[in-house]
Amino acid sequence: MSLLRRRKGSEIEKDSKLNLKEDENIEGEDENKHKVKEAKKKKKEENKKKWNCFDNCCWFIGFICSVWWFLLFLYNAMPASFPQYVTEAITGPLPDPPGVKLQKEGLKAKHPVVFVPGIVTGGLELWEGHQCADGLFRKRLWGGTFGEVYKRPLCWVEHMSLDNETGLDPSGIRVRPVTGLVAADYFAPGYFVWAVLIANLARIGYEEKTMYMAAYDWRISFQNTEVRDQTLSRIKSNIELLVATNNGNKVVVIPHSMGVLYFLHFMKWVEAPAPMGGGGGSDWCAKHIKAVMNIGGPFLGVPKAVTGLFSAEAKDVAVARAIAPGVLDKDLFRLQTLQHVMRMTRTWDSTMSMIPKGGDTIWGGLDWSPEEYYECIHKRHKHNDTELAADKGAEHVDSQTKSLPYGRMISFGKDVAEAPSSKIERTDFRDAIKGNNYANGSCNDAWTEYQDMGIGGIKAVADYKVYTAGSLLDLLHFVAPKMMKRGDVHFSYGIADDLNDPKYKHYKYWSNPLETKLPNAPDMEIYSMYGVGIPTERAYVYKVSATSDCYIPFQIDTSAEGETERSCLKGGVFTVDGDETVPVLSSGFMCAKAWRGQTRFNPSGIQTYIREYDHAPPSNLLEGRGTQSGAHVDIMGNFALIEDVIRVAAGATGEELGGDQVYSDIFKWSQKIDLQL
Amino acid sequence: MASILRFRKLCYVEPVSKPSLGFESSNKTTCLREDKGSSVVVVDNDPSCVDVVSLTKEIQTDKKRRRRKEAREWRCVDSCCWMIGCLCTTWWLLLVLYHSMPINMTLPGYQFVESPGTKLKKEGLTAFHPVVLIPGIVTGGLELWEGRPCAEGLFRKRLWGGSFSELFKRPLCWLEHMSLDNKTGLDPLDIRVRAVPGLVAADYFAPGYFVWAVIIENLARIGYEEKNMHMAAYDWRLSFQNTEVRDQSLSRLKSKIELMFVNNGYKKVVVVPHSMGVTYFLHFMKWVEAPPPMGGGGGLGWCAKHIKSIMNIGPTFLGVPKVATSLLSAESKDIALARAMAPGIFDSDILGLQTLEHMIRVARTWDSMVSLLPKGGETIWGNLDWSPEEGFICDQAKKNYFQSSTHNVSQRTNSSDGKLGFRIEEPVHYGRMISFGKETSQLPSSVLQPFNSKGHEHVNHKSSCGEVWTEYDEMSRESLRAIADKKAYTAKSVIDLIRYVAPKMMHRAEGHFSYGIADNVDDPKYSHYKYWSNPLETKLPDAPDLEIYCLYGVGIPTERSYVYKMSTFDKCKSIPFRIDSSADGSDNGCLKGGVYFVDGDESVPVVSAGFMCAKGWRGKNRFNPSGSTTYVREYQHKPPANFFEGRGVQSGAHVDIMGNVALIEDVMRVAAGATGVELGGDKIHSDILSMAERINLPL
Repeated sequence: MSLLRRRKGSEIEKDSKLNLKEDENIEGEDENKHKVKEAKKKKKEENKKKWNCFDNCCWFIGFICSVWWFLLFLYNAMPASFPQYVTEAITGPLPDPPGVKLQKEGLKAKHPVVFVPGIVTGGLELWEGHQCADGLFRKRLWGGTFGEVYKRPLCWVEHMSLDNETGLDPSGIRVRPVTGLVAADYFAPGYFVWAVLIANLARIGYEEKTMYMAAYDWRISFQNTEVRDQTLSRIKSNIELLVATNNGNKVVVIPHSMGVLYFLHFMKWVEAPAPMGGGGGSDWCAKHIKAVMNIGGPFLGVPKAVTGLFSAEAKDVAVARAIAPGVLDKDLFRLQTLQHVMRMTRTWDSTMSMIPKGGDTIWGGLDWSPEEYYECIHKRHKHNDTELAADKGAEHVDSQTKSLPYGRMISFGKDVAEAPSSKIERTDFRDAIKGNNYANGSCNDAWTEYQDMGIGGIKAVADYKVYTAGSLLDLLHFVAPKMMKRGDVHFSYGIADDLNDPKYKHYKYWSNPLETKLPNAPDMEIYSMYGVGIPTERAYVYKVSATSDCYIPFQIDTSAEGETERSCLKGGVFTVDGDETVPVLSSGFMCAKAWRGQTRFNPSGIQTYIREYDHAPPSNLLEGRGTQSGAHVDIMGNFALIEDVIRVAAGATGEELGGDQVYSDIFKWSQKIDLQL
Repeated sequence: MASILRFRKLCYVEPVSKPSLGFESSNKTTCLREDKGSSVVVVDNDPSCVDVVSLTKEIQTDKKRRRRKEAREWRCVDSCCWMIGCLCTTWWLLLVLYHSMPINMTLPGYQFVESPGTKLKKEGLTAFHPVVLIPGIVTGGLELWEGRPCAEGLFRKRLWGGSFSELFKRPLCWLEHMSLDNKTGLDPLDIRVRAVPGLVAADYFAPGYFVWAVIIENLARIGYEEKNMHMAAYDWRLSFQNTEVRDQSLSRLKSKIELMFVNNGYKKVVVVPHSMGVTYFLHFMKWVEAPPPMGGGGGLGWCAKHIKSIMNIGPTFLGVPKVATSLLSAESKDIALARAMAPGIFDSDILGLQTLEHMIRVARTWDSMVSLLPKGGETIWGNLDWSPEEGFICDQAKKNYFQSSTHNVSQRTNSSDGKLGFRIEEPVHYGRMISFGKETSQLPSSVLQPFNSKGHEHVNHKSSCGEVWTEYDEMSRESLRAIADKKAYTAKSVIDLIRYVAPKMMHRAEGHFSYGIADNVDDPKYSHYKYWSNPLETKLPDAPDLEIYCLYGVGIPTERSYVYKMSTFDKCKSIPFRIDSSADGSDNGCLKGGVYFVDGDESVPVVSAGFMCAKGWRGKNRFNPSGSTTYVREYQHKPPANFFEGRGVQSGAHVDIMGNVALIEDVMRVAAGATGVELGGDKIHSDILSMAERINLPL
């Protein structure tokens, strides 16, 4: 109706334009019409205004939600094999996962399997907390989504920390490891740790009754897991149960990362007499363990652990700091992230278990190191033998010119790192007097022991200039006396001259392979399985940071770069071959030399095997973290490694696997280490 | 751009007659005014105004068109989007508010009940005895370890418990994986479904529906954690002995108890089984002391050495009548009611679902179901003419149940009213556990025909409904009618009946369970494992210091016996029998929807839960030769007082009782070292003692 009228009106207007003589009636009508129109327009305009902002937002959100739901629905309705189908269409048929392949070969579950997770990967949950952690009972604080870190960071840090004096629970807080396979199958949603291995083992018949996850609280020292949680007793009892309920088949133990050290400790503990040990008798390991398959084992420690304790940073943090200077350092939002992280990690005894062991003998002194002629450009060694030989030749030529100062694990300044040792002037820091607390309590919020050190102490540390693996310990004692005092009760980092010395009966030596003997179990097999071909942190260039306020006074000097592309120095870090976290030397040396054959560390002549896995990055995005990765954690999804594990679990021996499989120069390096065997 | 500028100029020049309107409209009117005024006098009008008129017109139409277009666009999809957007935003807003709300905020008018954990911690109780929790049937989670192609991607995902999403996504696949092998009662080929281990196995059954979580949380308050608290999860579908054969569950439980005993300074454990876990643990106690090939070889005295007390929650010692009907027709009260409300949904073959038939088929492969059949036959459950509960006044229980009054006074008057007001004319024949037709359940016993299974033969039909196989397909119509014709079945003959309609299942299951009463418990035949879970055919272990508690809820009408009818027997489309939900008693009667009710915890009648502790094991007798002490602790049901209480802190219902503060307090006190006497001995609300009196069992 209105439309009609409107049209009529407009016609009339046209008329008025053409024929200028018009009678008043029409004009009046016209006016009326316009009034109606105006009112309508007004209304419409109001409508429009209402729709403008809020409604557009709503519309937008609604639209996005709907699309999202629709996609979600499609995703859920999608057959489970679809992604695989797509992947295969793009990359060609995938190889069978090792579980399927070996199932077709007819392998069956035989030996029960025990997993020992490493540091960081095991979940921790809250059993008792302070007010601020209300509602988190039996929720994961560590692992999972880490939602609480963002929601209540200070509360989280408080609950994750341990007591500074005892290294045990603070009062009123009980955080305990998650138990069962769920403890470490996935670290965060989608980020597998053990899940792939578990799934593949399940293919040949493994299930809960033949698999056991020896979850433990990885924050506390190994002996304290027994004192507080009786974890070692539980592992003992569970292994005995597994053997008893599986027709007496011995277990295959698969420790990963720090779990390797933990299990070394366990093997000593279980055979030691009752008050300190488990009282299993001297043949317990021989009776219950078929093989120990160490994955990425930091037998001799990790250089990264030192910088973690020293300045709460590793390569990643240093890089982040270089990219966005200020974010981590500034007191933005009063966060003091690094200080908090440092305070928290320094209460964790376990980090001290990974301080490099064996001192200068293993890790090299001021002037030499076992890896000194390593050629960084050859990160990926060729499988082809002739090429390998050519590589070695090239390396040899190069080595004449320059050796790398890996032995100087921490040096202040790049020039110091590369200068000949005679030219470095060092002032001993050990007797330096620590200054007063210059921060004067203003940063109590994030207390680190650095605030007790004073400017004098910091200067003394920097003046010593170069630290080798041996003097690093003194450095740590100097900068963090309380922590090290706590740690010295639980860990030791030396080399035993006489293993039969009764002092080595103390538990603090049990996790150091250089101060213990392997158990008397001649049929046992020890594997060292690790990835190679990834640059791994080995030594650091440090600088003193601006000491004006309460920050950590030392930082990795990310500006220190090598001269050429071929240089091993990058962003203040000297890298060497390894699995990104553990250098080859640490994970391979024990099996390559110290335990090989019948030695004083291995009196019963346990067979050792080295299985290296050359790193090949995932060829495309669909492969996720890769099936041929050699990285420290991603190697748990490496098909070749999984196949080895399954074969051993199904009864194969190391000989049947093919003995050693070596890509790195571990044997050459081991040769250079002068350790009495 | 230029036109707009000109517009504005015009506006400023001419006086605005209607200033209140917006910019465009005022413009237009002024111009029109002028138009109108000048039309009489001037022939050739001001050209600018003509221009303006045409311009405004142009713009107007343009705007109109656009607006119309916009309006069309905004109409349907956009309103939807807008709606969703609004809802989402509000939802998020509320969520944020909820999250930022202080946790201890109490709602006005809502009294915060202090949890028993906090209360006892203040009293100074600390963890003392290690605690073993044993879940019952259904509540434990099951996960997939190996499956057929249809279950791809479900590796180590929960099939049972959790969100049950797979049940809806791929129902047939789910059923296939939840079933066991029909012959062996073990895994079907290529399928491995295993119990979830650890506390997560049964802390929550589904998200938000707690089972053990409340008890665990309260125990944690006084210092319990994983090292002194263990959830003995087992595959509840298997027969008890088969959990050992397949999974070594009993061995693991033994080793766990021994470990906790040693690790906690040689303190005995307190065992807390729930529902079917009660009979599972009975089985365990016999198994652990029996010699190796069949038993665990712990030696006599193992229980005395390791167990302080057993706190049975909602125990199903003598079975549950409900199970008989679910084996017979896959239904119990709830399903019968649903069927009565919406006839056709369950019965018709819509969408080819055959829900009930599938359920019965799956449930019949689970041996554990059979373990819950009523035990002790007519001696315990009554025969055609009498039953221990006769004279029970339903009205009282019902009133207590349906009236949410928490005031003791009104309750008392209610109950006295009930007692005075309603005299049941003739006692309900609870003993007739299943009767066909309402009259049959009330007739004098002399009229009833005895059931003789010998007379009828199984006829093997060529079954056209192979997919959903139930053993009913193999029975002739005549034999089915013979079953139903004017007959009533007691606890004893119900088992004969089930044996008759499901011979294969019972053949399999009777290798594992027994339902009788032992005349001579020392008979060597009773050393077979099939008797171990029947308290009437075993002796308690020789453990004089052991305490046995029966903790259960009362005050809720509980299914006890049923009125059945034949369903329209259309071959292989339906189960031939069903509960006659039209059978209702008078207002005050115990019959409702084809079900006779007695006192209990909604699932387990008082007789089953309490008899052993009240009489069967009380004092030193042939079932309890060493004289272990027994305690009966009943918890009167009170529905949640308001919405915020959730499932109630004083509930007596079979599963909800796990959140009952009084029960939790009892469990915690015992775990912290108290004895039954210190708790206050027996606490009885029901007529269990007089019922037990009426049961004539030689002790």
